[in-house]
Amino acid sequence: MQMSFRELITALHGMGCGGLLLLAFSGAFIGLYRICAPERSSPLTVWEQKLLRIYLIAMAVLAWSAVLSGAYIVYPWYRARPPEGITDYAEYPQRSLLSSPTTAGWHSVGMEWKEHVAWFAPIIITMLAYIFIKYGSDLAKHVQVRKAAFAFAVAAFIAASIAGMFGALLNKNAPVRGGAVIKIMEGTK
Amino acid sequence: MNTNQHGNESGSEIQNGAAAAAILSAGVGCFSVSVFGLLSDAFPAVAHFFNFYNPTGPLSGVTTTAIMVWLFLWAILSRSWKRRSLPMGRINAIAFLLLGIGMLLSFPPFGDFLQGK
Repeated sequence: MQMSFRELITALHGMGCGGLLLLAFSGAFIGLYRICAPERSSPLTVWEQKLLRIYLIAMAVLAWSAVLSGAYIVYPWYRARPPEGITDYAEYPQRSLLSSPTTAGWHSVGMEWKEHVAWFAPIIITMLAYIFIKYGSDLAKHVQVRKAAFAFAVAAFIAASIAGMFGALLNKNAPVRGGAVIKIMEGTK
Repeated sequence: MNTNQHGNESGSEIQNGAAAAAILSAGVGCFSVSVFGLLSDAFPAVAHFFNFYNPTGPLSGVTTTAIMVWLFLWAILSRSWKRRSLPMGRINAIAFLLLGIGMLLSFPPFGDFLQGK
């Protein structure tokens, strides 16, 4: 069982950062809902507020790690131009997708949407973390602020989902490959 | 100043200005990513300008510039609004409008339609 260095980094970008971020939204929604709907849920204790602060900061770190590793490590491998005369595009995913009209849309729609909309998530999550750290349970007194915070959180989830979904589908159609081979374990016949 | 069991500071009321600054600037930040992305796609000269880091291409400049716009606006608004109570309904509406337009502009078929492609 082995994988290339680029496959490993792409998996860490997609699953380690992006996938974990998407999973983390469920916990953030529960915490934000308890603040946003105090009449329908028990208020957060001081300990739970501290936990939610750390949780939102961790989500912001994950979101920034996802977009930065995507834009500055994985994306250059994806968009690398093959040297003249190369016809095997196995290590050039963008070229591979654009070489056929049946797969070109994965780049022209999927990647071009993902590469921009993904950045909405870290911007919004940073804002949410700031607001929660600044206001804490005082958010209960600011109805419009907490409504906006919850709606922006939904928008961040949609943006991260679009990026995550297209990331997975793009990598299925034209995987990012290359670099040193890493042997994970020996298989048995 | 006393702190109650939920961490509230009794006797102090935090104004909504800081939140308004954060929300509006986040809306502008998302909008900026899409507008700069669209301009970069439409005009080769803009794409060339945004090519801050060659391996990543224009995306590097589009996102770096949008983040600078977001953080700069946040700092300015935060300083001006931190002690003020503002009409959040209007600010939320503007922020969501910018977010919605930003989301729409980021969708490539819509961007292509605007460019007449």
